[in-house]
Amino acid sequence: MSTITLHDTHNNGHHDDHDHGHHEQSFLTKYVFSQDHKMIAKQFLITGIVMAVIAMGLSILFRIQLAWPDKSFPILETFLGKWAEGGRIKPDFYLALVTIHGTIMVFFVLTAGLSGTFSNLLIPLQLGVRDMASPFMNMLSYWLFFVACIIMMSSFFVQTGPASAGWTIYPPLSALPKAIPGSGLGMTLWLTSMVLFVASQLMGGINYVSTVLNMRTKGMDLWKMPLTIWAFFLTAILGVLSFPVLVAGVVLLIFDRSFGTSFYLSDIVMGSQVLPNEGGSPILWEHLFWFLGHPEVYIVIMPALGISSEVISVNARKPIFGYHAMVYSLIGITVLSFIVWGHHMFVTGMNPLLGGVFMITTLIIAVPSAVKTFNYLATLWRGNIRFTPAMLCAIGMVSFFISGGLTGIFLGNASLDINLHDTYFVVAHFHLVMGSAAIFGMLAGVYHWYPKMFGRMMNAKLGYLHFWVTFVCAYLVFFPLHFLGLDGVPRRYYAFTEFEFMQKWVTVNVFVTWSAIVAALAQVAFLFNFFYSIFFGKKATQNPWESNTLEWTTPVEHIHGNWPGEIPTVHRWPYDYSKPGAEQDFIPQTVPYSETMLSNMPHDFEGNAESERIQREWDAKNAPEKTEVHFH
Amino acid sequence: MAALAVLVTVFANTSAFAQEAAAGAAAAAPKQIDMVPIYKSAVFYTMLFLLLCLFVAIVGKAIRVYELTREAQEKPEGINWDTVNAVIFVLFLIVGLGGVYFEYTVHGNMILPDAASEHGKKIDSMFNITLILTTIVFIGTHIALFLFSFFYRNSGKRKAYFYPHNNSLERIWTIVPALVLTVLVLMGFLTWRSIFYKIDDPNNKPLSIEVTSQQFLWTLRYPGADGVVGLKNYKLITGTNGLGMDFNDKNNLDDQNADEMVIPVNKPVRLIITSKDVVHSVYMPHFRVQLNSVPGMTSYFEFTPTITSEDMKLKTNDPAFQYLLFCSKICGSGHYNMKKVIRVVSQAEYDAWIVKQPLFINNDLRKEFKLPLVPDAAAPAAAPADSTAAPKDSSAVAMNKPALKK
Repeated sequence: MSTITLHDTHNNGHHDDHDHGHHEQSFLTKYVFSQDHKMIAKQFLITGIVMAVIAMGLSILFRIQLAWPDKSFPILETFLGKWAEGGRIKPDFYLALVTIHGTIMVFFVLTAGLSGTFSNLLIPLQLGVRDMASPFMNMLSYWLFFVACIIMMSSFFVQTGPASAGWTIYPPLSALPKAIPGSGLGMTLWLTSMVLFVASQLMGGINYVSTVLNMRTKGMDLWKMPLTIWAFFLTAILGVLSFPVLVAGVVLLIFDRSFGTSFYLSDIVMGSQVLPNEGGSPILWEHLFWFLGHPEVYIVIMPALGISSEVISVNARKPIFGYHAMVYSLIGITVLSFIVWGHHMFVTGMNPLLGGVFMITTLIIAVPSAVKTFNYLATLWRGNIRFTPAMLCAIGMVSFFISGGLTGIFLGNASLDINLHDTYFVVAHFHLVMGSAAIFGMLAGVYHWYPKMFGRMMNAKLGYLHFWVTFVCAYLVFFPLHFLGLDGVPRRYYAFTEFEFMQKWVTVNVFVTWSAIVAALAQVAFLFNFFYSIFFGKKATQNPWESNTLEWTTPVEHIHGNWPGEIPTVHRWPYDYSKPGAEQDFIPQTVPYSETMLSNMPHDFEGNAESERIQREWDAKNAPEKTEVHFH
Repeated sequence: MAALAVLVTVFANTSAFAQEAAAGAAAAAPKQIDMVPIYKSAVFYTMLFLLLCLFVAIVGKAIRVYELTREAQEKPEGINWDTVNAVIFVLFLIVGLGGVYFEYTVHGNMILPDAASEHGKKIDSMFNITLILTTIVFIGTHIALFLFSFFYRNSGKRKAYFYPHNNSLERIWTIVPALVLTVLVLMGFLTWRSIFYKIDDPNNKPLSIEVTSQQFLWTLRYPGADGVVGLKNYKLITGTNGLGMDFNDKNNLDDQNADEMVIPVNKPVRLIITSKDVVHSVYMPHFRVQLNSVPGMTSYFEFTPTITSEDMKLKTNDPAFQYLLFCSKICGSGHYNMKKVIRVVSQAEYDAWIVKQPLFINNDLRKEFKLPLVPDAAAPAAAPADSTAAPKDSSAVAMNKPALKK
């Protein structure tokens, strides 16, 4: 491929000139059953935000219980009825809160809300595609997700309450309604919701993978894709390969619950009743669940890493350091994430030999993660950093990724995990590395691509306020929790009142709860900013962040098909920021090398001798000083 | 179909709500909680928050007006937000480092005392090594992150340094973490092996204790003089035979029940872990012991306690100190309250204590299993089939004594 080309005008392969954006759409097809990837992205985002607010509300409820276990809040009874009789949350309901908080946050917010939004928005826009490979399936993907949300939330309105066996729903607790009331109808709804959710994720994932592989615009070879796309692509592959395993597990659990099979049940006596189940094993569920569950945490974090890479590069006005290393580390994480699930099971009683093996694979995965961290730091070094709200969130994301990732080294070590497993240390760890880091990645994405989504800008100052309060409070909430874990306080404890040694942590709990409340209130700044700016924000320009990627070559006003005329052709990688010799500090991917002779570098031509010769001749004639620097 | 399910749930929940409302009304009447001050305080806090929002809005407007005037006067932008944010990053770094120091020293001093078991010491030393390494990386990377943010903030005068990659640098920060992690993996792997693959010392055979979990209590079974806990089968579980012990197995005849776990110091203890209903987890943090109890599966954990309870009281300077066993795997509404006290004592104290513990078997069970009855007048009193009630009965001691001589 010749990389020095004139601005090319041939449009082979793009004969799809049906009149995009001209046909009239009804409200229903435009805003509700839309097949346009940009609208679907917005639907995913807004649903995700609503679910996030709900899940955050649930967390505040159980934080209140933890901070003031003996105090009565009659107002809770007003809203929760029998689940908070006398103004105190009941133990069963506490567990339901914890369970649904985890489920919503992991699946509905950080999987669907994050991947669903940004994969849908950016894969077509950054790759130069008019829409997803299958727009109809894309629409189905959203609506299945939406129904899954409704079903999950409906479990709050059943008599026995929502599922309450923890978000990992280990049987037999999740299989036997006698063991906990939440394992009645609530658990059935949970399982139904999850099957629909996985179907939604598969449709989305297949769409993302096929779009990335087949529909890239001319010149967009894999190594010219922005890191966001690499991250979404690998995330989708992970999801497609691992989510079906969860469905398999869920179906077997449904069989155990409803049809009397014994996949997970054996040797059980509930009260005085000896159950007939024999031969099953709860460990089987744990394997099936974590075979998804572990890739799942990378499904959550990889899009956040991709978004941060892009945002940091754009706002540091510097190419991302070690683009290839960033891609290879993502690939490494993807592959390794399939063989580390056993680190959730070190102390389940599975064969200790397996524990040793999983420890090795787990700690290996820290290497690509370390590479990514150092590459982020190297990208910031000698940059020209603009602190947009998106950039602040991306830096926050890196900070959380480091803090939470490092505690993973403790937990990944089977011997240390013996004492840390299922304690608050784990809670602190994953809330930093997967919760906060992924949320901040998501927020960075929202702030950064908001102009692309809504054609308007969010208020930057409110963004600063939102970032700083949230960033500080997230640390105040999660950092102290490590020490509860180191003191041997288990997670999912309704109250610390029954153990003498836990009493000393109640004051810490009060502090953590207040921090959580402040953090939650800070989200009002974001929500206001988000919804207000949709209607009244400052009108966005076409390329507000002076970014290189293709999405900023589309018009501000959305049209079906994205580009009014021809799809742009890509000539270069997406990270030519602050290139010496260039007039501006960014060179969009659509600019051919022939227009930037002064800033071209030998490695730009990827060993193409002809192009190098042309460049060398041009340099000799026009910029002798450059020849000195770069070609010797 | 999904829609149908939603509809069904909506109906279900309306009726549930109606019932609740009725029940709530019935319950509220006798209690007569005066809700007015509560609503008032809720409104008060909401107003307070709105006031705060108003304040933020006013400050926002003031900034906007200031910036507009600067613009109108064609002066440079009023507030350089890049600098503001960069400075906050540095402040965050300084305050944050202080906070980390506070956490490490204050909360770090509230954590578990040193391990009271042999393998626990290895775990502790590995923990400390990992802590030192990760703290160095944690502090170092954060200093770099926030200081780079500060020093390389947008000044409007400078162009960023075009630096797309440096292979040798990347090689360094791939290989160095890989090496460090290799060391940690090796240490962890060897420790893990030493914990789970134990070779029995014939002179110091482990004491087997069976721990059975159920919602929401633990049942302890000591093996008696033969050192073997007998067979059991969940199908035999009845009100009188809480563990489902098969008394046709002779090993069961001397098995003893105990209210608390008393173990001799410096003698290996082998926990035999089983569960009756759901998954629980045997967690004994002071000994660095944790293993799930899984129905249908028996698991084992062997450890050697090294510090007696009395010594630990002195060491921690806490006369109320207790070793504890509790549940760390979510198991239902009573999960937060599944406690068993552990006492580590000298061998002599243990020997004196164990003979006082009651047997599981009693005449009722003997009848059930068609075993010869023991003509003991006080026999009915010693029927601690259920671990919740384990009376310290002298008759049980009497029965136990001959067995111990062996």
